[in-house]
Amino acid sequence: MTWNALILFGVLATSLVASAVIFLLAESRHTTRSVFNLAAAVLKLLLVGWIIWGVYQNIDYEFRFTIIDGVDFILRADALGMMFVGLSSLLWLFTTIYAIGYLEKAPNRSRFFGFFSLCVASTVGIALAGNLFTFLLFYELLTLSTYPLVVHRGTRESLRAGQVYLYYTLGGGALLLFGVVALHVLVGDTEFVPGGVLSGLDPSLHPLLIGIFLMMIIGLGVKAALFPLHAWLPMAMVAPAPVSALLHAVAVVKAGAFGIARLVYDVYGIEFAFSLGLLGPLAVAASITIIYGSLRALAQDDLKKRLAFSTVSQVSYIILGISLFGPVGTLGGLVHLLHQGLMKITLFFCAGNYAETLGVHKISELDGAGQRMPATSVAFTLGAFGMIGIPPMAGFISKWYLGIGALEAGMNWVLGVLILSSLLNAAYFLPILYRIWFRRRQRLWCEGKVLGRFETSGWLLLPTLATAAFALIAGVLAGMPFSPLYWADLIVSREYLP
Amino acid sequence: MIGLWSVPLLFALPLALGILSLLVTPAWRPRLIFVGLPLLAVASFDVLARLVVEGPRIYELGGWEAPLGINLVVDGLAVGMILMTTLVASLCALYARVYLRDYPASSSFFWPLLWLLWAGMNGIWLAEDIFNLYVGLEVMGLAAVGMVALRATPQALAAAMRYLLAALLGSLAYLLGVALLYATYGTLSMAGLHEAAAPNVTTHVALALIILGLLLKTALFPLHAWLPPAHGGALTPVSALLSALVIKGSFYILMRIWLVLGPEVTPIFTAQLLGVLGAGAVFYGGWMAWRQHHLKQLVAYSTVAQIGYLFLFFPLVTGTGPEAARLAWDGTLMMLVAHALAKAALFLSAGNLILAVGSTQISHLVGISRFRPMSLFSFGLAGVSLMGLPPSGGFTGKWLLLHSAILSGQWWWLIVLFLGGLLSAAYIFKVFRMSFREGPQIDSSITPPLTLDVTALILASASILIGLTAHLPLFWLRLGSAFGAG
Amino acid sequence: MSGALVFAWSGVLLFGLGLFGFIAHRHLLRRLLAFNIMGSGSFLVLVGLAQDGRGVDPVPHAMVITGIVVAVASTALALVVFRRWYRASGRTDLPEDT
Repeated sequence: MTWNALILFGVLATSLVASAVIFLLAESRHTTRSVFNLAAAVLKLLLVGWIIWGVYQNIDYEFRFTIIDGVDFILRADALGMMFVGLSSLLWLFTTIYAIGYLEKAPNRSRFFGFFSLCVASTVGIALAGNLFTFLLFYELLTLSTYPLVVHRGTRESLRAGQVYLYYTLGGGALLLFGVVALHVLVGDTEFVPGGVLSGLDPSLHPLLIGIFLMMIIGLGVKAALFPLHAWLPMAMVAPAPVSALLHAVAVVKAGAFGIARLVYDVYGIEFAFSLGLLGPLAVAASITIIYGSLRALAQDDLKKRLAFSTVSQVSYIILGISLFGPVGTLGGLVHLLHQGLMKITLFFCAGNYAETLGVHKISELDGAGQRMPATSVAFTLGAFGMIGIPPMAGFISKWYLGIGALEAGMNWVLGVLILSSLLNAAYFLPILYRIWFRRRQRLWCEGKVLGRFETSGWLLLPTLATAAFALIAGVLAGMPFSPLYWADLIVSREYLP
Repeated sequence: MIGLWSVPLLFALPLALGILSLLVTPAWRPRLIFVGLPLLAVASFDVLARLVVEGPRIYELGGWEAPLGINLVVDGLAVGMILMTTLVASLCALYARVYLRDYPASSSFFWPLLWLLWAGMNGIWLAEDIFNLYVGLEVMGLAAVGMVALRATPQALAAAMRYLLAALLGSLAYLLGVALLYATYGTLSMAGLHEAAAPNVTTHVALALIILGLLLKTALFPLHAWLPPAHGGALTPVSALLSALVIKGSFYILMRIWLVLGPEVTPIFTAQLLGVLGAGAVFYGGWMAWRQHHLKQLVAYSTVAQIGYLFLFFPLVTGTGPEAARLAWDGTLMMLVAHALAKAALFLSAGNLILAVGSTQISHLVGISRFRPMSLFSFGLAGVSLMGLPPSGGFTGKWLLLHSAILSGQWWWLIVLFLGGLLSAAYIFKVFRMSFREGPQIDSSITPPLTLDVTALILASASILIGLTAHLPLFWLRLGSAFGAG
Repeated sequence: MSGALVFAWSGVLLFGLGLFGFIAHRHLLRRLLAFNIMGSGSFLVLVGLAQDGRGVDPVPHAMVITGIVVAVASTALALVVFRRWYRASGRTDLPEDT
């Protein structure tokens, strides 16, 4: 067990241990629990930072042991995985702070935070997985650990949402399992190798490989909310805001998109996938989802539901980028994984702030919120601009590269999809901004609710502003080293097309 | 043979303790486990150590040669079953010691029956000839029936009676099969039969009788009707022992005989038929489990379903290549052991939940997650293994079986494995939904003693851990079999 | 040879009769009796088949003795359970099905 392997396992262990400790803590030990949570999150972030520095210098981090003959449990730190881990760790810290504030006075906090930590552990495991078996292991674990969070409130609605969630994710998981086992039968242990491991197979197996790919895309597409597998996501919005923010805007859906990235780049290999003709249909599916999500978002009055459909749409940008054959498209898709995470979590934090402070859940009730909660509204505005793709927000950068990548790949129609969806994004975000800033307050909010020295509780406000700031910085300083763009570029140059 | 004390101890000690427990006062009976459990644990590990160091061997009881002497086989499979039995039965015994304080009348006979059951089971695992298998089967079966009847309610007695009738019928069919085999080949030993077996009429008739008898005893669909009332209606530690261990005894015998008779004798048609019945068990059992309102009946029907998975062994091992057969062996044994651990944990934690809520109805579990998180956690962990979700023994077993099915081209079993997993998710999450639901506040719940929760948790954790550490155990299990290097 | 086979076939016949009785009767005592007849049938088959003219083969005898002991134990257990069942429910058959 080398030192490096231990550090790598440590990243996973921080949240696993945190989860175990929190479960064992009595419900009433709020301070202890919060301290522990935050300490674990900070520790994890430090370890991740250390490893990112190491990966930049091409240091190898690997942790493995044998499960059964021919199947190993592998954790490995490569550039793509570290990008996802970095995002998750950073956002976990902010969401933990947010959740502590949000759930003040709520029951069952031990249960909540215990499963919350387990979720993050699963996400980190997915990111660090070095082969399909390990990926699958944590992918299913993510399902199991997010279910209790979806049904946390225990209402009939929550339980129903949880049930639908299970139908989709367990079904998808079963298909994914089939694909993984089938690949194992064909090639043995499917370690993630840039360029894929399948190109050497006999051409007569190619139809089978296409079938397996389809099956695995469906399995991964459930979590990635690919149309028509997305229906669970809007329903899951009944969960508390921290859950919607981190998990359903970031962890779960990104896990699905990340999985598709791994499948295309490190199992099939982009060149081989292209030669099998798999990328075109994937791009089409992603595009349909992009448009569909935006259209459904237009029709929603509930703020979180609108954001949910926006997520459905936005995550498919990542998948679109993956399916564009060329380094620039890949760059756009991968960098959007980070950008979308930052922007969307900001938006969900704001939605939670509005709900907690003003009791507002519907867009039609948001009139004049800018006056009452200016800081939150500024954050919301930044996030919305990013979603639309207005410079200098990070979202603009992603869309720019996606556009260029589309042209390079010769898929000009994708450009049309991008433009249309940006217009739709504007169509469903700008009216909200108008209401917030330029309309006078229509309804009575719970004015009596004073949650803190600021417009709302500091626990809720500071993470919101922080993530908004990050989203802004990621765009403005995109050219600087260690920006998301820089890192995504590193991934592309190091691992994909030469 | 002086050094190999552990082998005869494994069934002689429980037998002795069983008789001893009849002679001491009821107050002293539970305390015998403090003598028996450590000794049996040591003996089990000693046998394992010998297997790993010296390899598989045949042990002649008392030094007398077969056929009049009794031979015992110490190979990977036998040792694996012995270890599993020691672990599960020990934890159930510890559980029972505390649990049965509420049932003083039943408690006094529980202990002698437990030791007899244990003796019978170890006798089965170690037997090298098919008649000793019969003896072990009977001892185990009668002890099991007695345990079901401990709870003297009319329902339990009817269940015990039904179980007994089924067991008797099964045993007789098996015995007749043994008689035919002896008449044909003149030997009872498994080694001898393995050499001599040939596909003639009497062998096929004998095999059919044996299969029928053992199917009845293993409660394979559609011969399963006796199981849910017996396992669901018995005292909690009894249910755990029955579903986890007893049911595996008859399956083990079938597995052994199938492999002993060898590929020439065992027809592919029968193998596929067993697989189809297994599939039926998976679907029917899962469906019925989902529909239950009584928590322990749900768990009992889950046993009916999970047994079905085990029967996929036969089609995957017959008429397929060596790689697929080895994977089938690995997968089935993994499922068997994982199920034993998980099902025992499931019954024990279900018993804890029932104690806490004071009701056996699932709908009364509303909101219990607040009060009994540890019991629910054990239930959940065990459920993860039963559903075949990672990381668990059930998942590793499922993986191996899937691999074997794909490799041997028998795609239809994949559907069974998938749908079975989804069905088990349906009934496991049914319980969880109830526990998460916010309802009329349960203002108090009885707190069961800590031992009850801890034993369930240990078993549940073991079912998960074995999935991650399967490599070495699987290697050991293969020693001495047709699939191993030994 | 065929003399021994007479025993074997009678054993099979007894087994069959017992089986029929076991399934067809509802009264538990009759089913128990049928079981015992089945058992006797099996033992007869065991003894009958193994007489191959080579002399007495002790193994089947050992098996039959063991089998008789097992049958006695089973019958005893069945009677105990039956008696308790009868006391608890007043019935001599099992409710509702076989």
